[in-house]
Amino acid sequence: MITLNINGQNHDLDVEPEMPLLWVLRDRLNMTGTKFGCGVAQCGACTVHVDGESRRSCSTMVGDVVGSEITTIEGLDGKVAKAVQTAWQKLDVVQCGYCQSGQIMSAIALLSMIEKPTDADIDAGMEGNICRCGTYQRIRAAIHEAAKSLA
Amino acid sequence: MRFAQICLRQFAVISLSVVFGTALLFWQASNNLSHGEGTASAADSLKAWDKIATVLENPRCLNCHQVNSPLQGDERRLHVPLVVRGEDNLGVPGMRCTTCHSQTGNNPTSSVPGAPHWSLAPLEMNWQGLSPGDICRQLRDPKKNGNRNAEKLVTHFAEDELVGWGWTPGKGRMPVAMPRAELTEHVKTWLAGGSECPK
Ligand code: FES
Ligand code: FES
Repeated sequence: MITLNINGQNHDLDVEPEMPLLWVLRDRLNMTGTKFGCGVAQCGACTVHVDGESRRSCSTMVGDVVGSEITTIEGLDGKVAKAVQTAWQKLDVVQCGYCQSGQIMSAIALLSMIEKPTDADIDAGMEGNICRCGTYQRIRAAIHEAAKSLA
Repeated sequence: MRFAQICLRQFAVISLSVVFGTALLFWQASNNLSHGEGTASAADSLKAWDKIATVLENPRCLNCHQVNSPLQGDERRLHVPLVVRGEDNLGVPGMRCTTCHSQTGNNPTSSVPGAPHWSLAPLEMNWQGLSPGDICRQLRDPKKNGNRNAEKLVTHFAEDELVGWGWTPGKGRMPVAMPRAELTEHVKTWLAGGSECPK
């Protein structure tokens, strides 16, 4: 039995320690806000937070995150998350939406560590999140917008 | 007058080179590490280094001893997605090594490799663009090898868990060909013979 703390709640799960966190989220807990894109840490769609830092849940073994605080898109809270969500809506960032849960999780992790990121900080920190609709310019603008609203 | 000036200058140049030359010799000699255990000749040491160098060229070792971004795969291409060193050799905010790599081991589902203290080697241990001789001189210099003496260098090769990953890199990655115990013996011989380095 493995206990995971997700969005502030403990879940007891009868799974192998090697099982990817993404499978537990989507298939066991029916938390489908976190997306499956590639399954091999190449696209960023599955990004969640583990103790505040971004993590690809498709490549995270649940045994590694026992005792950690896991946050998914469903559990977002706090002023950075609010600012990012507001900026995303204001600039209408989303196109098809598939990558956006991961983009938002990465953007929040970035802004939580760098208050006023430069274009270079954004490019480096968001590098692992691919958007097939090509919303990169709007993502970058929305991160700047969120940083401004938090200042 | 002119002649005297020239003579004087020549003399100054020659004596300075002698002084610096001698200092350089001493400096180079003092740069070899203490010999560690066992006995070996300088020739044995050089021969052992050549064996060690074949291991260091393996992509499992070389790929993360890079200046700013690690390489990936047996073909040693740039890491995809692009990751950069950052302040602590563990990436930048948003793209940390741990964003994808586990500290406990290789991921059997996604095949992303992992091992304890997974990171880019510190900048002073960079091998990118270095000849085997340069890497050798760097490795025996405590200022550039993580302050390791002979004994600690042996331990690094023989026991470090991230180094050990080179022999169990997971599916699709070429492991280090030389057995670890054999490599450790070569390291001991290299040290015992005076940590000799090729030009
Ligand atoms: S699904 Fe995890 S990075 Fe693509
Ligand atoms: S919005 Fe369509 S993939 Fe990013």
